[in-house]
Amino acid sequence: MSVLRRETRHMLFTVAPGALFILVFLVLPSVYLVGMAFLSSGPYGLPTLPLSLQSFRELAGFGFLGWSPGNLYTLIRSVWQTLLATALVILLAYPAAYYISTRPARWRPLMLLAIVVPSWTNQVIRSVGWMNIFAPGTPVSDLAALLGLTAPQMGLFPSQFAVIVGLVYNFLPFMVLPLYAAFERLDTEQVEAARDLFASPVAVFRHAVFPQTLPGLMAGIVLVAIPAFGMYVVTELLGGGKATMIGNLVARQFAQASNWPLGAAGAMIMIAVTLIGLKVLRDLGRRLSGDREVVL
Amino acid sequence: MSGHALARTASSIRVEAVTKSFERGVPALDAVTLDVEAGEFFTLLGPSGCGKTTLLRVLAGLEEPDTGRVEIGGRSMAGVPPHRRSVNTVFQSYALFPHRNVRQNIGFGLEMQGVPGAEIAERSQAIAGLTGIGTLLERDVAQLSGGQRQRVALARALVNEPDVLLLDEPLSALDAGLRAHLQLELKRLQRRLGMTFVFVTHDQEEAMVMSDRIAVLNAGRIAQVDTPQGVYEAPADLFVARFMGHENFVPIRQRDATGVDTAIGRLDGDFAAGSHLLLRPEAIRLDSDARQVPNRFMARVSERLYRGGTTEYRLDCGDIQLMASCANRGQPGHEVGETVEVGVSDRGTATLSD
Repeated sequence: MSVLRRETRHMLFTVAPGALFILVFLVLPSVYLVGMAFLSSGPYGLPTLPLSLQSFRELAGFGFLGWSPGNLYTLIRSVWQTLLATALVILLAYPAAYYISTRPARWRPLMLLAIVVPSWTNQVIRSVGWMNIFAPGTPVSDLAALLGLTAPQMGLFPSQFAVIVGLVYNFLPFMVLPLYAAFERLDTEQVEAARDLFASPVAVFRHAVFPQTLPGLMAGIVLVAIPAFGMYVVTELLGGGKATMIGNLVARQFAQASNWPLGAAGAMIMIAVTLIGLKVLRDLGRRLSGDREVVL
Repeated sequence: MSGHALARTASSIRVEAVTKSFERGVPALDAVTLDVEAGEFFTLLGPSGCGKTTLLRVLAGLEEPDTGRVEIGGRSMAGVPPHRRSVNTVFQSYALFPHRNVRQNIGFGLEMQGVPGAEIAERSQAIAGLTGIGTLLERDVAQLSGGQRQRVALARALVNEPDVLLLDEPLSALDAGLRAHLQLELKRLQRRLGMTFVFVTHDQEEAMVMSDRIAVLNAGRIAQVDTPQGVYEAPADLFVARFMGHENFVPIRQRDATGVDTAIGRLDGDFAAGSHLLLRPEAIRLDSDARQVPNRFMARVSERLYRGGTTEYRLDCGDIQLMASCANRGQPGHEVGETVEVGVSDRGTATLSD
């Protein structure tokens, strides 16, 4: 009995600092945020009583001038741009991670470093870099115009295209790293077994490689999609108002628009959408990992 | 249980001057030529790094030979990828798919070939019964013991009814008892199916128990191809003899019509030409048994190992150490340090070259 009690005490000691940290820096601010969302906007946009659902009505599009779909469009655009960027990141990261994992061992750290190093630079600076590449009159923009992809003199920036490029560029390392880790400990005998058992190259990937790298892919999606969904800098700089996401909407309420309750409500929606996304991802992962896969 | 009988397909294999090198330039296979007959249990035996697994992988199509050719069932395998060969492999680590249950693992090959679901179910069930895992079909791979996994790997390969089944040290991860049991079972299964089995092992006893014929490999070359008895009793060279577990090698100094001069003295008898005389443990007689053979000399017992049915003696004969194995028939035996009379018969011996 005393052993058990000692273990319990020991556990309390080890768990307490972490629990305290989470309480102070996650639980309390979240409670504060939720509370704020249900208050009214007072002078300078600061939250005041009485309790109100005004913020949520406004988010849903009901303003002084009647209903407008702007905010809903922003939410849908946020989800869509996140999904598109994540899909493109996956398409680029899979071959990259596979390629690096099959290089001689002495080259791999260097190649990984090359993938990671750009993310050590400030996001703003890197986005400005893309602005300079996509601005009107640059070789890239001229080429796009020449191919008829944009109107002459327009440039590729600002645009939704530039935002997607910026998102993909920013988050690529966060997909490559977990996928690389998965590829590095890939059981190649499983791959050979699939080849031996009449699987075509596509089927080998589908049945022997993909299931093994799925945990890495899942981790990568979480690392990419969640921050992409809340992205503020890239959309602000590269979108020029054409591709704003919910992160921009929330930020505006705390800055220019000065409506903290509305910002808090937006943040709540962001968290809710993220949680729904994680749930969908988990269910999808469970299905894909073939837990109870039906033999066709 | 099922209307589907396993087709008795079997193919011969012809390997012709196959050479395969990896990066470092030392060939893993050096001009290997051999023939495996249809329906034969053929074993590739050798120490690790001798090229036996590489040869198996060449047959599976997982490695392309640098030069030389491989024919299976009379058809050249040049440029034929693994998934287009009627050859299946039981991998050393089994390589089961962990995200699929036993049934789905067994059905994988048929699924990939587009066999209808009902037929897959039927054939999987039948092969699972044959390999003794009929009740495990819905289990996850993670829930299986080593022996069960081995059976699943075997069933997963056999269900495709390949012309040739390749087995890469399939029993090496199992404990001794289970291993002996599965050796017999595998041998019986092979006879029953009449399938060509190419079996890789580094265990000479396993090879002898199971095989119709054995190819002993040494440093990428074939040292000898023969029946188990042939390889054991008449090894082609010193390497094969050592690898088959022999310990008594006596250098031959001179040979004439009536016998040989050796490091342990003159031995009369009919010996072939060679650099070494191999004495099998049972060819060395002690005490009264020694007096029945013509060649006798004295030796000192340096070590004694009691093994139940037999006792092994390590004997010092000048510079040479010999190992003798004597049946225990209730006699007291010899102590370490005792000098004993040793007889060598010319039966139970063989001459070897380096």
